[in-house]
Amino acid sequence: MTELLVGTKKGLFRLEGDGGGFEVTARAFAGQSVEYAMRDPRTGRYLASVTSWFYGPKIWVADDPAGEWEQAAGLELPEGGEDALARIWVIVPGEAEGLVYAGGDPGPLFESRDGGLNWELNRGLWDHPTRPDWNPGAGGLCLHTIAPWPGDPSRLLVAISAVGVWLSDDGGETWRHSNTGINPEYLPEDAPENPIQHCVHDVRRSAGRPERLWMQFHGGVYRSDDAGEHWLDVGDGLPSDFGFPVVVDPADPDAAYVIPHVGAEDRTTPGGVVRVWETRDAGANWKARGDGLPDHDAYLTVLREAFDSDGEGDRLGLYFGATSGEVFGSADAGATWAQVADHLPPIYSVRTV
Amino acid sequence: MAQVMLRAPLSELCGGRAHAVPGATVGEVLVALEQAHPPIAGWVLDERGRIREHVNVFVNGIHGEERTPVAGDDRVHVLPAITGG
Repeated sequence: MTELLVGTKKGLFRLEGDGGGFEVTARAFAGQSVEYAMRDPRTGRYLASVTSWFYGPKIWVADDPAGEWEQAAGLELPEGGEDALARIWVIVPGEAEGLVYAGGDPGPLFESRDGGLNWELNRGLWDHPTRPDWNPGAGGLCLHTIAPWPGDPSRLLVAISAVGVWLSDDGGETWRHSNTGINPEYLPEDAPENPIQHCVHDVRRSAGRPERLWMQFHGGVYRSDDAGEHWLDVGDGLPSDFGFPVVVDPADPDAAYVIPHVGAEDRTTPGGVVRVWETRDAGANWKARGDGLPDHDAYLTVLREAFDSDGEGDRLGLYFGATSGEVFGSADAGATWAQVADHLPPIYSVRTV
Repeated sequence: MAQVMLRAPLSELCGGRAHAVPGATVGEVLVALEQAHPPIAGWVLDERGRIREHVNVFVNGIHGEERTPVAGDDRVHVLPAITGG
């Protein structure tokens, strides 16, 4: 049985199923945007980021998505400042007991030490002297990627659109940007070099080789072999260098999956054909995987957090959702696909449980 | 004190629809309401102390803003705006 948490423009949906099909087994936060939802594997607790059109962004916590949700506290920017919290885009378990991170718009990183009920703003990043020069991407100034180092709470990577990658080696006390090797082709060639103008779309860390990272950039797919210190363009062979999410096979640091979209001016699947592209040789070659996916008249948009996996190797499960309300899944590392759900509201996120 | 009138979900979080709240302006009344009912902290006012974009506040039926004066018996309605998507 596979459980998926699907965050949509109109609430949270839990899908449960297997090879025989999936069904909606819970819905929460009807009418509200659920940007992200996950289940902390350490506690079994569900956490959801929810933005009321009227009352702003919150994180809610529950033991069962079909049950009662409790509002978390402390998710706010400094009082009296010029900024207000607009969204929480991602929630990620940390590498210490009870530690959970959340990232959002306009670029804050929040930390919880009690599993997600109480939060504090990470001041090291928020007060970074470069912050006045941070610029938003089309989706806002969003801190969307949080990648802890397995087993080491002192090492942390985050990414912000359209700022770039940030690294900390002291548990988030201090931060340094790390975008060496990334080529922002959306800037003119004669633009002065700016180390914090990089529209990173997503970064995933390899579970088995933590120094190996994969990035979907605004234009390009990149790989790092040194924990994000340097980035190498490995996007040759893809039908487009634009896309939002990237997924990594936990069993194979050379294996990654992306969903190319026509570039920034369109942001849909190329030619109306939906394909997930796979590399199993660290980006040297890419192969389209689409048996069972729409192959004509399908102009989907798959957002940054709407692609996830479970399992590994030949039994890697892959699941993604589109802003047009479909969810697709594969239980065999992308060899074959099936539509898991249809007619959902616009999908912001898909996470396996 | 002003009579602040709420609708769901604010009324549920505050334990009722009507609340007597001190304050000389709409902003002061809303801050006092938050202090008296911490579960709605951040729901009506953001971190900047501004009324959220899609929340409307009326004083005796007239649309108000943070600096709008509030007198003793005024009725302050806090309503979701007719917006959404």
